[in-house]
Amino acid sequence: MSIIVEQLTRRFSPGGSPAVSDVSFHAPAGAITSLLGPSGAGKSTLLRLICGLEVPDVGRVLIDGVDCTSLPVQQRNVGVVFQSYALFRHMTVRENIAFGLNVRKLPRAEVEARVDEMLRLVQLEALGERHPGQLSGGQRQRVAFARALAIRPRVLLLDEPFGALDTRVREELREWLHALHTRTGLTTLLVTHDQQEALEISQHVVVMSDGRVAQAGSPEDIYDRPASPFVASFIGGASVLRGHVLEGRASLGSLALSVPAAAREGEAVHAYVRPHDIKLARSGSTEGVTPFTGRVQRFKPVGGFVKVLLRMPSGDEVTVQVPRSEFDALGVGEGDAVRADVLTASVFVGDYAI
Amino acid sequence: MFAPTIHLPRRRTRTLEGSPWVRWTLITLALGFLAVFLFVPLLAVFSFAFQKGWEAYLAAITEPEARSAIVLTLTAAAIAVPLNLVFGLAAAWLLARFRFRGRALLLTLIDLPFSVSPVIAGLIFVLLFGRQGWLGPFLSEHDVHVIFAVPGIVLATVFITLPFVVREVLPVMQAQGSDEEEAALTLGASGWRTFLRVTLPKVKWGVLYGVILCNARAMGEFGAVSVVSGHVRGVTTTLPLHAEILYNEYDFAGAFAVASLLTLLALVTLVLKKYVELRSEAS
Repeated sequence: MSIIVEQLTRRFSPGGSPAVSDVSFHAPAGAITSLLGPSGAGKSTLLRLICGLEVPDVGRVLIDGVDCTSLPVQQRNVGVVFQSYALFRHMTVRENIAFGLNVRKLPRAEVEARVDEMLRLVQLEALGERHPGQLSGGQRQRVAFARALAIRPRVLLLDEPFGALDTRVREELREWLHALHTRTGLTTLLVTHDQQEALEISQHVVVMSDGRVAQAGSPEDIYDRPASPFVASFIGGASVLRGHVLEGRASLGSLALSVPAAAREGEAVHAYVRPHDIKLARSGSTEGVTPFTGRVQRFKPVGGFVKVLLRMPSGDEVTVQVPRSEFDALGVGEGDAVRADVLTASVFVGDYAI
Repeated sequence: MFAPTIHLPRRRTRTLEGSPWVRWTLITLALGFLAVFLFVPLLAVFSFAFQKGWEAYLAAITEPEARSAIVLTLTAAAIAVPLNLVFGLAAAWLLARFRFRGRALLLTLIDLPFSVSPVIAGLIFVLLFGRQGWLGPFLSEHDVHVIFAVPGIVLATVFITLPFVVREVLPVMQAQGSDEEEAALTLGASGWRTFLRVTLPKVKWGVLYGVILCNARAMGEFGAVSVVSGHVRGVTTTLPLHAEILYNEYDFAGAFAVASLLTLLALVTLVLKKYVELRSEAS
């Protein structure tokens, strides 16, 4: 059951800028597709348009090839999980899961059987009689999943499902969701602002910015071949090096990189370099392809890595991440010059704009 | 997860409480105020009511005019409370869930019965439905009596008690948001089912609280009802009006006997109110 979105636009106030603007994408059947973007990018609005809680001004939503743009939310048969859990607080866990089944007027025995099945699926068999207030955040979110899955939805829509949880529980639930998806094979749309989450569990990523699709593709595509400066800087925490086109190459201080073919001589150039795409060496050594010399401004060990802030001769600052042992072997401190080899960079020609 | 136990130094709490001298002065002041303005009048009501003994008390509240006043008071409340319950829920839902032109105006208008003097409220109905009023000629042509009759009393009561349910339910609805309702919709529930199964249980304590206050005011209202009643004894006198009439006729024991009924109502209301507060905090 694929989800296809065609030219969706939703404007909340007349004359204001649209929350979702001319968005088209395709979430393939049986896969997890992430809608990734900073807050305010229109991801949640897009999700609400797909599940029917919002009505688009323009555009169509197709689920399993069928246009359901004008279908009321009740008839779309989609499972939705909200960031706030949105559990019915006056009902027990069992009653929460049974809600959608009772709406469908299923026989009592079948409702009970389905609720048991769902409790097993989310590993909460022992907590059926509890109220949501008596559960931890992670347990509540699993109840929300069970409630959404109980109605045997055609697709599963997740709105920042782990956004309100602490890091460890988040990571556990991410693994759990991955396993759940492998079992159910349900087409899933995941709204998130966490690139780690998106890159880790989805097969398809749609990056959004300002209500528009910035780039759509596989996690590798998005990460390795960002289509715009926005995607390059949003994903992977890249540093920016400024320069200009000189003799068909991007000249960035002491560094020269190849540029897109259409670049004109003298045009401004920005290279986006990820923290781990730079290799540091002792100043004076000569190996490497695209070396430049920087000065260590600051460094800070973070777990197994050391975060190093380098200052380029041009004045640009670059963040580099080096394994701790490697940094210790370098034996440099603040103020020392180091040689840096840029392994890969995404080069964009044009004005600086993120 | 470890929840570290934090021991606040004892001196700190003492600083917040202030010195014993300040504390006892404040407690004495508060209790003294309550005694003068609440307990003494309460005692006075009952001692006056029983000054001629049990039999006189019972006679005062069971004589035909008193009985008719009780019936009229209950009738007015029985009509006003359900009407304002339905209106209050609908208005609170509208104001909590939607942003529309005129929303601020509606919020202000709902408070009108609180901000307008009850006597003026009563006069509004006299001006509308009275013999010299806008609708007066039409009504008398069709032999419909509103002013100086039961319908006028009900109308005035509904008007005066209009804000209670909305004002109690609206903040509860706003605080709880609409996430649960949206979840119910995505699970296939109709709007009506969502309201009954999700919204109503969420706001039930707020609703009950509003109904209790609304009922107390409906039974106790004097000013507005007095203007539209016309004081036709045994026909258009509610309990507060009946007490006033008896008092004006120097029948103090009778007046206070009737007043004691209203006082009891107030006490029951207070107990119910406290119970609802405790329950809503517990849930």
